[in-house]
Order: sequence, then structure tokens, then C-alpha cells
Amino acid sequence: MAQTEAELLDNPVAGEPTLILRSPDFHSITDAVAEPVERPTPRAWWYFFLPSVAVLGLLGVSVAWLVWEGIGIWGLNVPVGWAFDITNFVFWIGIGHAGTLISAILFLFRQKWRTSINRAAEAMTIFAVMCALTFPGIHVGRIWVAYWMFPLPNQMGTWPNFRSPLLWDVFAVSVYGTVSVLFWYVGLIPDLATMRDRAKTQTRKFAYGLFALGWRGSVRQWHNYESAYLVLAALATPLVLSVHSIVSMDFAVSVLPGWHTTIFPPYFVAGAIFSGFAMVLTLMVICRTAFGLEHIVTLRHFDYMAKIMLVTGTIVGYAYTTEFFTAWYSGNPYEVYTFVNRAFGPYAWAYWIMFSCNVISPQIFWFKKARTSIPILFVVSIVINIGMWFERFTIIVTSLHRDFLPSSWDYYTPTFWDLSTLLGSFGLFFTMFCLFVRFLPMVATAEVKTVLPQADPHWHRGPERESKDHRAALRHGGTPDPVTEGAS
Amino acid sequence: MGLFTPQLPKGPYFGVLAEFATPADLYHACERVRDAGFTRWDAHTPFPVHGLEKAMGLGRSPLPWIVLGAGLTGLATGFVLQWWVHTSAYPLVISGKPLFSWPAFIPVTFELGVLFAAFGAVFGMLGLNRLPMHHHPLFRSKVFDRVTDDAFFISVESWDPKFDPSATQKLLASLGARSVELLES
Repeated sequence: MAQTEAELLDNPVAGEPTLILRSPDFHSITDAVAEPVERPTPRAWWYFFLPSVAVLGLLGVSVAWLVWEGIGIWGLNVPVGWAFDITNFVFWIGIGHAGTLISAILFLFRQKWRTSINRAAEAMTIFAVMCALTFPGIHVGRIWVAYWMFPLPNQMGTWPNFRSPLLWDVFAVSVYGTVSVLFWYVGLIPDLATMRDRAKTQTRKFAYGLFALGWRGSVRQWHNYESAYLVLAALATPLVLSVHSIVSMDFAVSVLPGWHTTIFPPYFVAGAIFSGFAMVLTLMVICRTAFGLEHIVTLRHFDYMAKIMLVTGTIVGYAYTTEFFTAWYSGNPYEVYTFVNRAFGPYAWAYWIMFSCNVISPQIFWFKKARTSIPILFVVSIVINIGMWFERFTIIVTSLHRDFLPSSWDYYTPTFWDLSTLLGSFGLFFTMFCLFVRFLPMVATAEVKTVLPQADPHWHRGPERESKDHRAALRHGGTPDPVTEGAS
Repeated sequence: MGLFTPQLPKGPYFGVLAEFATPADLYHACERVRDAGFTRWDAHTPFPVHGLEKAMGLGRSPLPWIVLGAGLTGLATGFVLQWWVHTSAYPLVISGKPLFSWPAFIPVTFELGVLFAAFGAVFGMLGLNRLPMHHHPLFRSKVFDRVTDDAFFISVESWDPKFDPSATQKLLASLGARSVELLES
């Protein structure tokens, strides 16, 4: 790794962190992002893509068998009526949330470092929502009547019940998916135009040109475009918070001990961001090396993401503890029993996997060495996603498996088809992601260019810059450093 | 002259296209073109340059009003749909609650408000920008390809009352343009 601690230090010129290393010009940013898409397909891409497609095929077989045979092929039964399907749904929806956090919330907070990772994170959101939507679609058993979930006039004269959180969920997730696609596409338009203008073949020029809509970078267009982007960010921010809140209400609005708690909405949102950042990290660690983008997605970006994971992981740990306190403090024996059973009952193994992966493992990010070490980041990000899957499993299955009537108590075990559907959803996710990195620019080049110092219309070469250096040095409380002045 | 084709000025020329080297050069040139009183002109950049709309003298974008209208329509649609379904289309008593139990209608109302507002933002933006428009005289320029990469341009269209093929070219060259080109219509 060529990056040194010194390169991660603050840029003395602007008094702001250097986000993009190797001080590139605008053209080299375009080249760095567009070239991997224009090169002939590298062999390594097939090594990722073909296994992903094979696993996607497994999803196809699993769903086909499910439709043919019915949900009896899964391990669920009374009293565990929701198991892997809803666990997977909540897991995937949660993964998506980091993409929207990066693209919308960090945009509103003017966090410029988001520009290096927002495109890939938004793509991840869309693919995660696709995976998530598969599960409520197939778990109804009779997929051909899944349209009953929507308020459509039908031959029976019936309408869905709008007071049910499950219906809120249908609306929340489908609106979330739609708005995520819109946001992502709007961000893509200028970069599709870049691909169009660089295209060497007629086919590429037509394909990129069609979706670039004839964008010509006019300031009158940028003016409305930036307004639209800001509005979409402002809309996506409450939306993303509402989505996982509503998902949590699927549980919280019921009267089941272990589900019926008011802490669920913030607890679910924090967990969603936690797991989503872990997935962004896993993907970016691979992509930045595979596509030579180490100077655009730097250790500084990983440092920031690790800090967010430390915060959200600790919030999740706080929520786990609060649940126990509330159970004890409620004085309700059913509530107390559910939580003691969760941590020390037959599913204790799942609970402690969850706890150690989600609460203990991110604590390593208190150390900067860990936050800037690629191997540690990569391993911990995967550990966190395992933990977050188990969180949803623990909440759903342990609350259900011992219900109010001890004669109905049961121990849920997944079948082959439960596992194949879970694995298959990863096939769908990685297939889509492979196609994305192959055909679309995976970094928002137009946005990255705006964070370069020379993008500022008041940036000057020549004598004026020296005086700027002096000001910056004085602001930092020292004398101008001749070394950095000469070097930068 | 359809919705997706550019409005072209009458006469042999579309206008003048001048290339600038940096955002700073473009910024100062825009201020001068604005102060010279031109109205039918535009600047072109690979990324949004901060403050350039002020240097061009553009007002606020009307887009937020479109979004507000669309969002309110969405909120109303969501609320009225639920009210109508639960009180007249399919009245069912659930958990002994009144038929018009409006607090339970808030999540769907909110989601539809966001959905309509987002559509308003995207299609409003495309409408205001007159996109998609796959053909435009500017694309005939050899250098204009780099507008999505690292080049900065000012285009002055020929139906501007102050436009004059040679004088406008001279003006832009005097503002530090790297190259100036006369485009046919």
C-alpha cells in the first residue's frame, strides 16, 4: 500500500481533508472511472460473474419448486410461521439503507467524501431491495395472487386493510425501491453522457446516448438538475428512516412478547445502516483494487465508514441491552421469559453469534490502525453482516418458537430449500452488481470532480495561491511550512 | 419543432461556441457575457460549478414548486384513497376501531406523498431542461465531446439581439477563450 499516514493528513492548502489522492486533473478522473468499463471484459470478471449466475440459478430452482409444491418445502410451521423468508427480507432491506444514507443524508450534511462511494452504494441499495422484494412476494405461497397486496379493484370487490403494518410495508418498500431507482438514475445522467461522448463504437454511443437523454452539461440544465438532486435527497432522507421503521412495525404493532416494543423503529434503522455500511465496505474493498480506484476510494473513506459502523454497532448493542432492561422493568413474566429464553434458551447460539458479531467485533474500530487496515475492515465487514442476519433471525424465531401455549412449543430448523433460497438471493445480488460494474461507471465522476480543489471557480494558480497557503498555515496556528508549500 | 427537438434560430448560424481552460476562466467570462447584456446564451461544464448560475445571472429554479404540488397531490391521493376504501368501498370493523381511523392512515399517506414528489422532481427536472433531446447543433462541434470530461464552454445563440457572428467571436476570444468556433444551424 503506497498510502502513508502523511497522505491521510489534512491538506494544508484548503485546511480541508484531501479526498482524492495523487492530485489528479479532471480528465484523469474520467479516465480512471470510464476505462474499466470500456476495456474488453477481463477474465477475472467472469470468475465473479459465472458463480454468481450459477447461484442465481439456484434461486430460480428454489422459487420454481416453491411455487410448484407450496411453502411446505420450508421448515416453518406453527408456531414459527415466519422464519427465513422474513429474516431474509428484513436483512436485505437493511443492507439497502446504507446506500440511501450515503447518497441522501450525507449529501444534506455536505459530507464531500460521499462522492467517491455514492454511486456504488446506491446501486447496492437497488439490488438489495430487489432481493428483499423477492421474499414477501414468494412467502405468500400463492404468488399468482400477490397483486392482492395492492389496492387494485378486483372481481371480489375487496380492498386491502390500510390499518395493517403489513400493508404499510408494501407501500414503504415499493416507494423506497422506486425512489432509489430515480435517485440513482438522475445521478447517472451526466456520467452516461460522459460514456456516450467517449464511446468508440456506434452500439455503445447509441446505448449510452439513449439513456443520457441528450445531456449537454448546460448550466441552465445543471441549475434545475442540482435543485432536483437536493429535493430528492431531502425526500429520500425521511423516506429511508420511515422504511425500516415501518418494517419494524410489522413486529412492534403485534402483541407478541419480544416484538411488542417501542424501541424497534430506531433500533431497526440503526441496525440497517450498520449492516449496509458493512456491505458497502465489503464491495468497495474488492472493487477499488479490481478497478484500480485506490486514489478515489481511499483509506480515509474507509476510516469514515468504520467510524459510522462503530457508532451504529454500539447503538445496536445499546438496544439489545435496553430490551433486557425493559423486559425486567416491565414486571411482565411473559416478557421476561422471552428474553431469558432468547439469550439462554435453545437458540442461545444464534443470540450470542449476533451479540459477538454486532457489538463486540466493531469495537476494534476504536483504533485508527484497524480503521485503515484493509484486511481487518474486510473481515469485520463480513462478520457484521453475518451478525446482522442473525439479529433478524433471533428476533423473529426466538419470539415465536415458544408461544403462550407450551403444548405448541417447537424448535425451528431450516430445510435445504430455506438455505438454498437464502444463498440464491446472494446470487441475484452479486449478478446484478457484476453487471453494474461491467457496464456503468461505478464512481460518480461528475460529483468527484466537484471535490477537487481546481473545481472551485475561485481557485487560482500562481502567486495568489501562496498567500492562500499563508492564511491556511496561520489558521492552523503555525508558520507556513516550506515543504508542503513546495510539494502541493 | 417537436417536444424532443431543439428550437433552432432562423438564419445560417446556430451561434458561437467558445472553450475555456478552467472553471475560474469560465466564471469570469460568464460574468462579462452577462454584463454585456446577452440573454440567449449558456455555459457548459462537466460538473456543476459552484456559483456559476449567479455569474450567469440565473434566478432560482422553479422546480421546488413543481415538487410541492406533486407532493401535496400524493398526500391527498393517499389519504382520500384510504378514507374512501374504509368508509364506503369496503367498510370493515377491525379491532373495534372507527371506520375512519385516520392515525393509521398516516404511513401510506406519507409514502404516496414522497412517491409523487419524487416523480415530480425527476420529470419536472427533465421537463424544465427539455430532455430527452438527443440531437442538438452543439453536438456537431468537434471539441464539444469533451464537455462531459474536462472542457468548459460558453455558447451564444444567434437569435440573441446582441449577436453578431464576428463581434461575438471577438468578444469571447478577448475573455480568454482557448478556441472560438462558429456553429451552423
